[in-house]
Amino acid sequence: MAAEGHSPLAQFEIKTLIPLKMGEIDVSFTNSALFMTLTLVLVTLFLVLGMRQRALVPGRWQSMAELSYEFVANMLRDNVGNDGRKYFPFVFSLFMFILFGNMLGMIPYSFTFTSHIIVTFALAAVVFIGVTVLGFVKHGFHFFSFFVPPGVSVALWPLLIPIEIISYLSRPVSLSVRLFANMLAGHTLLKVFAGFIISLGIYFGWVPLAFVVALSGLEILIAFLQAYVFTILTCLYINDALHMH
Amino acid sequence: MEIDAAKALGAGLAVIGVIGSGIGIGTIFGAYINAVGRNPSMQKPLFGTTLLGFALVEAVALFALLISLILLFG
Repeated sequence: MAAEGHSPLAQFEIKTLIPLKMGEIDVSFTNSALFMTLTLVLVTLFLVLGMRQRALVPGRWQSMAELSYEFVANMLRDNVGNDGRKYFPFVFSLFMFILFGNMLGMIPYSFTFTSHIIVTFALAAVVFIGVTVLGFVKHGFHFFSFFVPPGVSVALWPLLIPIEIISYLSRPVSLSVRLFANMLAGHTLLKVFAGFIISLGIYFGWVPLAFVVALSGLEILIAFLQAYVFTILTCLYINDALHMH
Repeated sequence: MEIDAAKALGAGLAVIGVIGSGIGIGTIFGAYINAVGRNPSMQKPLFGTTLLGFALVEAVALFALLISLILLFG
């Protein structure tokens, strides 16, 4: 039962648009790359054109751009504090990239690049490696004391330190699988319910149709929420690296 | 044929995990309503945390759902 034709998983298929080869490595321009480029262009247009007027009293478009800026800035300030402002460009681009990618995926017949684990894992790995390097740069070898829970007797250390290390190492996995599984399961669910509409015919088909409409609303909420969760967890990890416990 | 049957059974069994997530989401929103009922001025700051908890718990359900989808269509 491979993904072919009418399978609910056919929408996630990666198609090569422009075949390219760099030595032995396949670097073809795929539909995934196309939608990532589209996301980048849309975010840039949204922010650059929105802020072009630089009005003191913002118009509709400008207030949307300012809203997204303030949303992430407040998130960073609440979770990391004032010394987290250095990392604002990274966190903001991460948020906008995931948000626009998820939202583009909600357009029928488009492609959701966040529904591929390799994309989300790459994003999570950047966050994980960046945060670990940041912790070592800030605290040196003192960063290892992060794995020792404060206020715990020495007798429990052999038990707790491995748990802390495993939970630290599982961060990129949980971060990436959460986003990927949400997108994959949500879009598959929509396709499965859409299949019921046709098979139930004109008399009962409207029941799954109502479901699909409701689920689309939920999916748009999830698309925003997952971008939010990814960003806020990044903020928490940066906070951990900067301030330890 | 037996493999297909086992796949279908496994897919059904895998989504049992969603029960836990259902309980979790119920607890989260129950606690949120309780908290807002006691102190309505905390509604706004609590809602963000609630949504974060909701997304974290919902992700667990989707891990289970993902296993069953892989078994069915993978």
